[in-house]
Amino acid sequence: MSLARGRPSAPEHQPASFAFTPENLPEARAAIAKYPAGRQQSAVMPLLYIVQRQMGWVPVAAMDVVADMLEMPRVGVYEVATFYTMYNLEPVGEYLIQVCTTTPCMLRDSDGIVDACKKHLGIDWEETTADGKFTLKEVECLGACANAPMVQINDDFFEDLTPQTMVGLLDALRRGEAVKPGPQNGRHTSEPEGGPTTLKGGA
Amino acid sequence: MVDTVKLTIDGREIEVDKRLTLLQACELAGAEVPRFCFHDRLSIAGNCRMCLVEVEKAPKPVASCAQPIADGMVVHTRGPVAAKAQKGAMEFLLINHPLDCPICDQGGECDLQDQAMGYGKGISRYDEMKRSVQEKDFGPLIKTFMTRCIHCTRCVRFMEEIAGVPELGMTGRGEDSEITTYVERGIDSEMSGNIIDLCPVGALTSKPYAFIARPWELRKTESVDVMDAVGSNIRIDARGREVLRVLPRLHEDVNEEWIADKTRFAVDGLIRRRLDTPWIKQDGKLAKASWQDAIGAVAARLQDRDGDRIAAIAGDLVDCETLYAAKMLMANLGSPHLDCRQDGMAIDPAVRASWLFNTTIAGIEEADACLLIGCDPRHEAALVNTRLRKRWRRGGFKVASIGPALDLTFPVTNLGAGPESLPHLAQGQGGFAEILQAAQRPMVIVGAGALSRIDGAAVLAAARAIADRFGAVADGWNGFNVLHTAASRVGALDLGFVPGPGGRNTSGILDGARSGAIDTVILLGADEIDMAALKGAFVIYIGHHGDAGAAAADIILPAAAYTEKDATYVNLEGRPQHASRAVFPPGEAREDWAILRALSGLLGQPLPFDSHGELREAMQKAVPHLAAFDEIMPASWEDFGVAGAMADTAFASPVADYYRTCAISRASVTMERCSAAFAMPPAATGTEG
Repeated sequence: MSLARGRPSAPEHQPASFAFTPENLPEARAAIAKYPAGRQQSAVMPLLYIVQRQMGWVPVAAMDVVADMLEMPRVGVYEVATFYTMYNLEPVGEYLIQVCTTTPCMLRDSDGIVDACKKHLGIDWEETTADGKFTLKEVECLGACANAPMVQINDDFFEDLTPQTMVGLLDALRRGEAVKPGPQNGRHTSEPEGGPTTLKGGA
Repeated sequence: MVDTVKLTIDGREIEVDKRLTLLQACELAGAEVPRFCFHDRLSIAGNCRMCLVEVEKAPKPVASCAQPIADGMVVHTRGPVAAKAQKGAMEFLLINHPLDCPICDQGGECDLQDQAMGYGKGISRYDEMKRSVQEKDFGPLIKTFMTRCIHCTRCVRFMEEIAGVPELGMTGRGEDSEITTYVERGIDSEMSGNIIDLCPVGALTSKPYAFIARPWELRKTESVDVMDAVGSNIRIDARGREVLRVLPRLHEDVNEEWIADKTRFAVDGLIRRRLDTPWIKQDGKLAKASWQDAIGAVAARLQDRDGDRIAAIAGDLVDCETLYAAKMLMANLGSPHLDCRQDGMAIDPAVRASWLFNTTIAGIEEADACLLIGCDPRHEAALVNTRLRKRWRRGGFKVASIGPALDLTFPVTNLGAGPESLPHLAQGQGGFAEILQAAQRPMVIVGAGALSRIDGAAVLAAARAIADRFGAVADGWNGFNVLHTAASRVGALDLGFVPGPGGRNTSGILDGARSGAIDTVILLGADEIDMAALKGAFVIYIGHHGDAGAAAADIILPAAAYTEKDATYVNLEGRPQHASRAVFPPGEAREDWAILRALSGLLGQPLPFDSHGELREAMQKAVPHLAAFDEIMPASWEDFGVAGAMADTAFASPVADYYRTCAISRASVTMERCSAAFAMPPAATGTEG
């Protein structure tokens, strides 16, 4: 249960060491170079983000590497990594499903989405399926209230969900099929359902 | 000339330095403002919100600790607005604070308890579950109860700013915030105990002192510390015959308000391995004896013996009065063989400037460059290192070291491992020579380890040459310093507890004992010499712990430790300070001076004092500056040191294990635990228990 609770994941998950890949290292250096000498610490968040993109999560060994690169106390990096909930402190599945349960989504039955996910995947919050495919995480508002309810899967938003479309998405992902981000009910972005109702004659 | 501003606080107009914060200005105006996170010696955090006050024309109450002051401010610290704000802040702080004062070690000396009484509501409107926080392992010294934490971050700021070991942090956010090392491990700093004092609640308390006593049960005695040569001012808390804890006492020029961990936590060694009765060796085994028999046997041994065959060596914890009495006794016995330098430090006993920390500890703050020669201030005198760090944090302070590679918590340039770098530097070669040359107030610190080598006198001369070369000694500034590790050393040198004309020094005495030229050796708490050399000699040990010296003794006369006598100690700056008796010596043990006085009576030449007061008076007459309590008499700059060839072996610190340096700390269980946790190479991450 410690994904966002400010504690490192169990030692058995922690890799002994970490190194940026040859592709990521120049990017990390570029992030550091954006700040004046003596202020390298400012690059701590971009560097942690690069770590997360590389690993899917942020292990302690990587935080130590970042601290040493920025010449800052290791505990300073731990403070940052644990403060921001979008850094994953534990390994996550191939697909990280972040379900919004804040008021607008809740009013549009995010509870049904949550139930569908938990039942279909057989996991609870902050857990990962045995096959390592899915991790389920509850999050606060992701800013897509006009298309509530919604979830974020890895980098994409999936909106206007119903329990059925949610299950369909999960099955498609499990089969390795491509899925289309955005509204799942045929809507175009946040236009009215069934097409425009105004400005029809324009352009 | 500092700029001042005028402001009105609770109707009282005052004019104060404009660099102060509003909270400090309120204090100067005599208004008490409650606070938890603010601390004079730490950076400002502004996160407890307890110091809210009303400032006229401000839209809402302001946190006075973080508020700069301005001309014409009108402030109310006790009005309805401030009182309501403070009550509110207190109510929030108490939401998650457990109501467990009866089982909390902070009880009775808790800021939260006191301020809840003074500024709180008395009732809570909070009905939800309180949160609980997992305990942390901060090592063998600090007990945590993190549910009590109010997140003032004083400990985090102390470790980062003062101790220089940034291992603590606040992780998580909101309700999940926790003070932690994150990756669990003990806090590896010799200053860590101070966060116990800083913690305004019972989240961080003393592990060895857990559930031992309440503050109101304790007898408090103001004294000084002897675990190193700094002479930290301490308060000894005792109950009955036992010293239960040691806390720091404010002395801006010595220890500010900090003490090192050994000072604070070694006191459990005061009740272990104590010599509480006289012992006489019979048939190769020590047997308990009466005072009459033991002291009679000592007198019989000394009576009519050629003074040239008797010698005395003083240890590192001996007070001035004892040394003065012992010196007189040795004169009566006709022996010139006495020395206080167990380690063989090649100090010139004639020139006081050659053994003092002349710059003074507070003077470090005025220095602008520092050269360390064969010393490790972090482990030899932790508070000197803290002061060096304080100076470094202000900027414009370069430090270089000749000796082992050091982690002093601030950057140090290593110029070499042994004395071979000294002549180069004295000739002005190398990058650091330029820094010293450019410095207005350079300082040189020579370690005890560097001076106790065989070539110590030459090292001393070379260090002096460097000090002279770079103008470290000028009008109003003396940048030449010796860093002692022994609390007794400066006092003993001041009193001249060194070989008389034709006398042998420590190594001479040991050689004499080996060859048989010396057949009777009096050890005044001396435990750090090569006892094997004394095998053939008759050894009389006067001291308080069953350490190496007692093991080698033929007769043991049990004496008092530093907490058990009124005594004068001179710290490394040359500052005479008084230790006071907090408890009586255990069992049959007696104060050292009384033992020597009784012995002198049996020898038919009674020392000329019958009370401690008379002894102190006589001593102060003999060495007048010892009477100037807490004052440093500057030493004049004269010739010392013997220039000569130096060996090319690397310098080494005499402190191999910070936690076990004297008979008391070696007897301490707490120090043993620390030693296992920190001083030994870590097996895994240092976690245990």
